[in-house]
Amino acid sequence: MPAGTLYRGREGMWSWVAHRVTGVLIFFFLFAHVLDTALVRVSPQAYDSVIATYKTPLVNLMEYGLTAAILFHALNGLRVVAVDFWAKGPKYQKQMLWTVVGVWVVLMAGAFYPILQHTLRTWFGG
Amino acid sequence: MATETTDTLVVPSAQAHTGQGLGTGNPADAFVIEPARTRTKKTPRRTRTNFEMLAWLFMRLSGVVLVVLILGHLLINIVLDGGVSKISFAFVAGKWASPFWQGWDLLMLWLAMLHGANGMRTVINDYAEKDSTRLWLKLLLGAATVFTVLLGTLVIFTFDPNI
Repeated sequence: MPAGTLYRGREGMWSWVAHRVTGVLIFFFLFAHVLDTALVRVSPQAYDSVIATYKTPLVNLMEYGLTAAILFHALNGLRVVAVDFWAKGPKYQKQMLWTVVGVWVVLMAGAFYPILQHTLRTWFGG
Repeated sequence: MATETTDTLVVPSAQAHTGQGLGTGNPADAFVIEPARTRTKKTPRRTRTNFEMLAWLFMRLSGVVLVVLILGHLLINIVLDGGVSKISFAFVAGKWASPFWQGWDLLMLWLAMLHGANGMRTVINDYAEKDSTRLWLKLLLGAATVFTVLLGTLVIFTFDPNI
């Protein structure tokens, strides 16, 4: 592999890539979300009709994906703060990344039913 | 053969920030991408403000506050109490009847938009190589950010549950 193709690889670079990708995704969602919420100034019907799309199975699944992106960005952001402000942060940055990944996996597993319950109950009753 | 492969100047590591080379003395440095925002001859020795340092600090401070605001927002709106099922105009009206949630949402809107806009500014600076492309993308970003922040603020302050 020619030098320059990969910056440094491993935990440091890939967490930076993931932080950047999730950040951009969240920013574009934020635009859409402020616009859809602004419909409360138009009429209750206009707002409720756009919220109905948030309750469709595909968009409900995208909410779970958005939560995954936000949760990673939040946890890894705290790690970045620790790397910058904690004297031992740079030394433990790898351990902190795997802690972030571990906490993320546990919280995402816990959020699976609560976030997708609307779709699951529509499909399977209850 | 220790011949020069490029015009990259090899300088001591203490001077790496000058952009005159990577400073390790290793000829392979010629193939390594230079550090981002390397100081060049065009870089002013002093700038009027500490804008980039303040932006860096803002990302960390707003980030920590946003972790609380956004995870709280997600928990209440799409995790607890039936998830997304309960969301409707009436749900929003119920929340914004309280100055606490109005303040929560207003602070979240401003911090998230400014944090996101500054992040996008960094991304544009990193990937848009042409000066004019960077300028136009940042103008578009700025316009979209101002519009969205003002729209959201107006909606929170002028919300009418009896519309």
